Amino acid sequence: MNLSRRSLLCGGAAVLCASNARATEYQIEPMPIAEGLWLVRGADEPIQHSNGGAIANIVIIATPVGTVLCDCGPSVRFARQLKATAERLTGKPVVRVYLTHLHPDHGLGLAAFDPAIVAALPGTITDIARDGRGFSDAMYRMLDDWMRGTELAVPGRRIDVDHEDFGGRSLKLLALAGHSSADLALLDERSGVLIGGDLLFHNRAPSTPTADLGRWRQSLTTLQALPHQGAIPGHGPYDPAGMEAISQTRDWIDWLEAALPDAVTSGLDMVEAGNMPIPPRFASLVAARYELQRSVSHFYPGLEEKLLPRIDGHP
Amino acid sequence: MHKAIVATALLMAGQGTGWANPAFPQDPLASPMWEAHARTLFGDDPVRFDDRVHVIFPEIAENQRVFPVAVDARGIPGVKRIVLFADLNPIPVAVDYRPTAAQPYLATRIKLDQRTPVRGAVQLADGSWLVSGGWIDAAGGGCSAPPVSRVKGDWAQHLGEMRGEALANKDSARLRVTFRHPMDTGLVENISTYYIETLSVKDSGGKSLGDMDIWASVSEDPAFTILPIVHDGETLTIDARDTNGRDYGGRIKVSPRPSGTLALSQ
Repeated sequence: MNLSRRSLLCGGAAVLCASNARATEYQIEPMPIAEGLWLVRGADEPIQHSNGGAIANIVIIATPVGTVLCDCGPSVRFARQLKATAERLTGKPVVRVYLTHLHPDHGLGLAAFDPAIVAALPGTITDIARDGRGFSDAMYRMLDDWMRGTELAVPGRRIDVDHEDFGGRSLKLLALAGHSSADLALLDERSGVLIGGDLLFHNRAPSTPTADLGRWRQSLTTLQALPHQGAIPGHGPYDPAGMEAISQTRDWIDWLEAALPDAVTSGLDMVEAGNMPIPPRFASLVAARYELQRSVSHFYPGLEEKLLPRIDGHP
Repeated sequence: MHKAIVATALLMAGQGTGWANPAFPQDPLASPMWEAHARTLFGDDPVRFDDRVHVIFPEIAENQRVFPVAVDARGIPGVKRIVLFADLNPIPVAVDYRPTAAQPYLATRIKLDQRTPVRGAVQLADGSWLVSGGWIDAAGGGCSAPPVSRVKGDWAQHLGEMRGEALANKDSARLRVTFRHPMDTGLVENISTYYIETLSVKDSGGKSLGDMDIWASVSEDPAFTILPIVHDGETLTIDARDTNGRDYGGRIKVSPRPSGTLALSQ
């Protein structure tokens, strides 16, 4: 993105056209996971211009009464393309869109749908009403033309039930938290596939901008105890055995929760903490350094406040 | 130093735009502000770019109000002064640090008002400057949005709280100090400029170990890490003053580093 912005400044109109041409189409390729259930993989990268912000995994489920989507992507352009792709695939209109949590890579495109069919946990609706404008500004800044026409919208349905039935295909709805203040996980009872939202990261380092690590751990315990087959993480590949994404995510947040305080009491500043060694067992995790540096930014000042003693003569 | 920089800026402004030090090397970062800042900061002193000045920061500006930066010039003998600045910030200079009896190392956090080069310049005893740095992308508003504690409204309850640690490490101590302070830039409507402007560290005998001038482009609730050359058991005194003349004082005893802690990259 830096490069393209700089070349825009220097290169003028030709480069501008090239940049816009790149931004016209997302590649949306649903992969079959189970009968009537497809995964649209997000890029295992940070949000950047080259991927149009399409970094989150999206799930399409065919039911007798219509198509269900879990999350809908970063922009209206993505969400419209997703809707067309999903309806072509299932032959039925989208009747429900679940938003797993507030983050813009998962749900900023929701204005492509009638708010009456978009469902989220009450906490997610509150979060989006509060932070949506800021997210939208940030996404427009990074993605410019990819975001064109993306208006901020708020889900119209508050989830206050623990399952929803679509003509015989029943989805279990789990109201959890930890990656954000409200995280929705879903279990497709027919296939046994667990859709973890961003409570689960797989071969990709977890991100923590709104995280409560203790609550996150509790949610992972709940998911571990929930009988299921495979698990679809919010980011990273499908986990066919269903436990690896859970244990990887737990391992990373356990490590963070110990390593960051250790860095504070070892005398490291934020720069050094962000450059500390990452244990070799996380070598398979994409974006590990990037997410560690983000987590340092999220947690370090608070940890210093908690762990460093007063030196001004006051307790 | 604080006044010297301002005075130099005024002097240069008075001389008009035709003047340029032909000795300023071409900027590897191609910054639009390089010449202007070089004139103000370095004047007639010789300047060159040198990768031994390590300007270290994260690959992403996750929070443009709190962007961590370290300048590590320990590979260069005879460093007298370290200036940390961001070309495209409305308040470019963040810290001007003299490590009198300290290793030439400084870590802190700054505000970023937009995508900008972030640089460290170190001055040697002969007056010459060595410069390095890199671009970092950032969302706008690091300098022109109100501090969190102003929005929350609790800044005055915590003003001046100091925390810190000093851990013996080889030939020096690793001193970390944090303050609660809004560090107001004056660029936010109805909030006038208010920031910690000086900080000095002395040993128990009153000898200066390091002094810095600080500007409001340093983050709210500022944090500094420096490496004074003292031993385990020494008591350090930290004195700071803000632009309202309020004094802050802290004392901290250098303790051994706890065992089993992270290996430092040095």
